[in-house]
Amino acid sequence: MKRLLVLGSGTAGTTVVNKLRPRLPRADWEIVVVDGATSHHYQPGYLFIPFGKYEPADIVNPIQKYLPKGVEFRRAEVSRVDPDRSVVVLEGGEELGYDYLVIATGATPRPDQTPGMLGEEWRKSVFDFYTLDGATALAGRLKNWEGGRLVVHITEMPIKCPVAPLEFVFLADSFFEEKGMRDRVELVYVTPLEGAFTKPVAAGRLGGMLDDRQITMEPDFYIESVDNESKSIVSYDEREIPFDLLVTVPVNMGADFIARSGMGNELNFVPVDKGTFVSPTWPNVFAIGDAADLPTSKAGSVAHFAVEVFTENFIQLANDEEMTHRFDGHANCFVESGDGKAMLIDFNYEVQPLPGKYPYPVVGPMSLLEETSINHLGKMGFKWLYWNALLPGRKLPVSALMSMAGKDTSEDLKDTSKDMEVRV
Amino acid sequence: MTVATIADREVHVDGEGFMTEYEEWSEDLATYLATNIGLDLTDAHWRAIRFLREDFKAVGETPTLRRVTAVGGIPTKELFQLFPKKPAKKMAYVAGLPKPVGCV
Repeated sequence: MKRLLVLGSGTAGTTVVNKLRPRLPRADWEIVVVDGATSHHYQPGYLFIPFGKYEPADIVNPIQKYLPKGVEFRRAEVSRVDPDRSVVVLEGGEELGYDYLVIATGATPRPDQTPGMLGEEWRKSVFDFYTLDGATALAGRLKNWEGGRLVVHITEMPIKCPVAPLEFVFLADSFFEEKGMRDRVELVYVTPLEGAFTKPVAAGRLGGMLDDRQITMEPDFYIESVDNESKSIVSYDEREIPFDLLVTVPVNMGADFIARSGMGNELNFVPVDKGTFVSPTWPNVFAIGDAADLPTSKAGSVAHFAVEVFTENFIQLANDEEMTHRFDGHANCFVESGDGKAMLIDFNYEVQPLPGKYPYPVVGPMSLLEETSINHLGKMGFKWLYWNALLPGRKLPVSALMSMAGKDTSEDLKDTSKDMEVRV
Repeated sequence: MTVATIADREVHVDGEGFMTEYEEWSEDLATYLATNIGLDLTDAHWRAIRFLREDFKAVGETPTLRRVTAVGGIPTKELFQLFPKKPAKKMAYVAGLPKPVGCV
């Protein structure tokens, strides 16, 4: 009997066991999932809670409801992994051995890492929205907020769902407009990046959308601390941005047990091969989803596509065959832009988000890098798909690897033709 | 990828001027690259640049600001003083390393 041990039951962990259980003979393979939590959150839903569009109950379900029969669920926190002995030590000291380990413990916002963030003003005028608590508390604050200077801020990259802070300001613009108080709100978008997004063509479009909505952007801002007295954020190069209400995205880190086990980088993300997710140090250890240190977005879509590639490889591995599938870093994100519209971006390790149609050329029905109502319907409909098709491991009508069909490459070519201009 | 002539030498650079071939870099080239972006290199700059070079050799990617602080032991505040406004990019540029990929 071999044991596959999966740490974490978020999008990646749950999907992977749903895909693998039917394909690994029960007589030969035991599958165990370890997680300290009992409920699974539909994390893309956090964005809508502050604006009263979702209630917490809409996005929370019991973890075990989504785990298949034949998978053992252990509710426990991991103390550490001893990869040289192929053993996971649980809090309390119990040891679980494994033949193969999948680390899928994701990324967690860590406000404790920035001096002052958890100070006096936390949850009074300083909020996060990447947690259910934070998003719910912020909904309460926004309901009766009288207006002023709302600063939306990213601490450091990488963060989960890197477009969500932009979506937040777009939705805020639309929310205050609907409440008839947009003229009493100043919206400021503060980012450590040099533009609205990480990739040039999308950064241009998204930057234009900020301008259209009179949202000021403060780029290259690397926060040192939150000053609770003056209510401002202070950067390492001594810029100060005052706020009446701060909505921050704290630094995102992998689980602390990864650091205790000596398996992570400075942010506790696990270095793995970007095509196969195998650890370069321990060949029976994999990391998938946000927990992995990969040069692509930390996002549910990436976890979903990665799991499809991982599953095919793992079946080969179980049959003593060579793993032949390679992940391309495919990410696919809806960007809610307010007023019942959204845009869609589709990209991978090599290809930046480009305009065009998705998933089919010409007919779409989704449009890439363009705000449409159909994209918005796609985004809202995705919650149902998540619980009923994605998590249970059913096949979705989109391919795991990115396709160039339907993409317009003219802007891409234009961009790379700029040569020799020093833009540091 | 383009070939550029810097200080009478042909080197490979990307669209933004970051060198792409580790072995083509040298210390005198760094001094020249630094001048391009308005920097006068001091010992403190060199400490950061040498860390970047060594770390890239060991790990195969340009270190993030957090890594230069956590592993290289140089406080973030100091990096902002040495390489104003955009330390991660500026350090990589002078050290002849690819643009940092931290942002995805």
